[in-house]
Amino acid sequence: MEAFLYQITSGLANGIIYGSVALALVMIYQATHHINFAQGEMATFSTFIAWALINEAGWSYWAAFFFTVAVSFAGGLLVQRIVLKPIEKAPVLTNVIVFIGLLLIFNALSGMFFDHTIKAFDSPFPKDSALAGKYFSAHQLGSAGVLIVVLVALFAFFKYTSVGLAMRAAAQNPDSAKLVGIRVSWMLGLGWGLAAAIGAVAGMMVAPIVFLDPNMMAGILLYGFAGALLGGIDNPPAAVLGGLVVGVLENLLGAYVIGTELKLTVALVLIVGTLTLRPDGLFGKKVVTRV
Amino acid sequence: MAKLFEAKKLSAFYGATQVLFDIDFAIDAGKITTILGANGAGKTTTLRALCQIVRTTGSMTLNTGAGDVQLVGKSTDAIVRMGVAHVPDGRGTFTTLSVEDNLKLGAYVRSDKDAVAKDMEHCFQLFPRLRERRTQQAGTLSGGEQQMLAISRALMLKPKLLLLDEPSFGLAPLIVAEIFRIMRQINVEDGVSMLLVEQNASLALNLAHHAYLLETGTVALSGPAEQIKNDESVRRAYLGY
Repeated sequence: MEAFLYQITSGLANGIIYGSVALALVMIYQATHHINFAQGEMATFSTFIAWALINEAGWSYWAAFFFTVAVSFAGGLLVQRIVLKPIEKAPVLTNVIVFIGLLLIFNALSGMFFDHTIKAFDSPFPKDSALAGKYFSAHQLGSAGVLIVVLVALFAFFKYTSVGLAMRAAAQNPDSAKLVGIRVSWMLGLGWGLAAAIGAVAGMMVAPIVFLDPNMMAGILLYGFAGALLGGIDNPPAAVLGGLVVGVLENLLGAYVIGTELKLTVALVLIVGTLTLRPDGLFGKKVVTRV
Repeated sequence: MAKLFEAKKLSAFYGATQVLFDIDFAIDAGKITTILGANGAGKTTTLRALCQIVRTTGSMTLNTGAGDVQLVGKSTDAIVRMGVAHVPDGRGTFTTLSVEDNLKLGAYVRSDKDAVAKDMEHCFQLFPRLRERRTQQAGTLSGGEQQMLAISRALMLKPKLLLLDEPSFGLAPLIVAEIFRIMRQINVEDGVSMLLVEQNASLALNLAHHAYLLETGTVALSGPAEQIKNDESVRRAYLGY
């Protein structure tokens, strides 16, 4: 029983990371209906920036953390402005190819600037803490706390600020958004910035667990994608929940059913299964309209 | 009469296809101008040209109060900022957002945020049904209510010029009558100038002060609404008696 509980809690801990990646994917999907395949590699690159600031420039963890989030936001915005704006009206396959190109570029940039050796990335949370117990480590609890802060901040941003409302409007009806004076193209840029910032947070939270190398996020992106689809790709909180479910499922199936070698298959089966059986996801809402 | 807007030799294109051919028209400040015509005559395109959603050539000037500004070549959001509100065909409400959020978005470019709440109240007075539904998703509203919301959303800009694309489309006659009554009220009491595109010629001519008749992308006829109403060819072709 104890082992079983342990599998669930460590699954939840992984799920938090998948949930963050899912959230980043949803940010861009909502506005453009595209899945950014480069999301993981962008996050890895951001994490390398944080690593260099801490280990080579000697910054404190949280200074490096917030600086990296800000740089990633600006970077995401720039990528959208420079690379994606010219192909805004292009067919979806054009975008897919560009995303794959970005994936390769960011992967190569990580290797070029920070080489391919595996690096340790320290956790900002203490090894022992009064809150951490048998089932959760301090880092797992800390990551969960960070993700909750990110979620609450995003919720408040979309719900209570006029820019947040404008972003939702631009995602829902770009033509009408232009007619009320919203700069729709910039809203997409903001979405990319937010996604890159969330991805950076996910990268910095996962790096202490899996170690840092240029391919760190490759598998995690798949789990994140599975989580986003399972929850509902148009619904940020549901996508995070989907990420948690994927984390637990992956761990339980890996421990008791299929063995750890086949764990990634869980993500792939979930992706195919969700798309064929329930394309809106478990909590994705079917939009109600009267014509 | 002071001209609020004037188009000269205005042409508009969808890709390589030309839809408007060198048309001239003007909108008087404080008045309702209507553009009539059959399907495909270029009515909706004229409104889209005004907001620079379609490729246009020629000249369009808007009197902003601080002089005439050329609209051709401006971005849509810049034109909105000058006070041009567009109620598009199909109403263009944000269906997954609440009625209140739709109205807030109408005031998105305004800097006097304090006055926004007052103007929302004004919209609710014009269309009390929207107040009842203020927290409801716009997509769940009836067609008439969505049209009311679309007009209110445009009013939230405090527009100098209100563009209306077939506000009667697909609505029951009673609702149409109510909406047109309120449009007149908005024009008379709030002094909002309007450019109204309609297929229902008799409705439009009863409301408007001045009318243009478009046929295949050119102005076939123009004049005061009274005069157009009594024009024999218009009567036969568009009013049906």
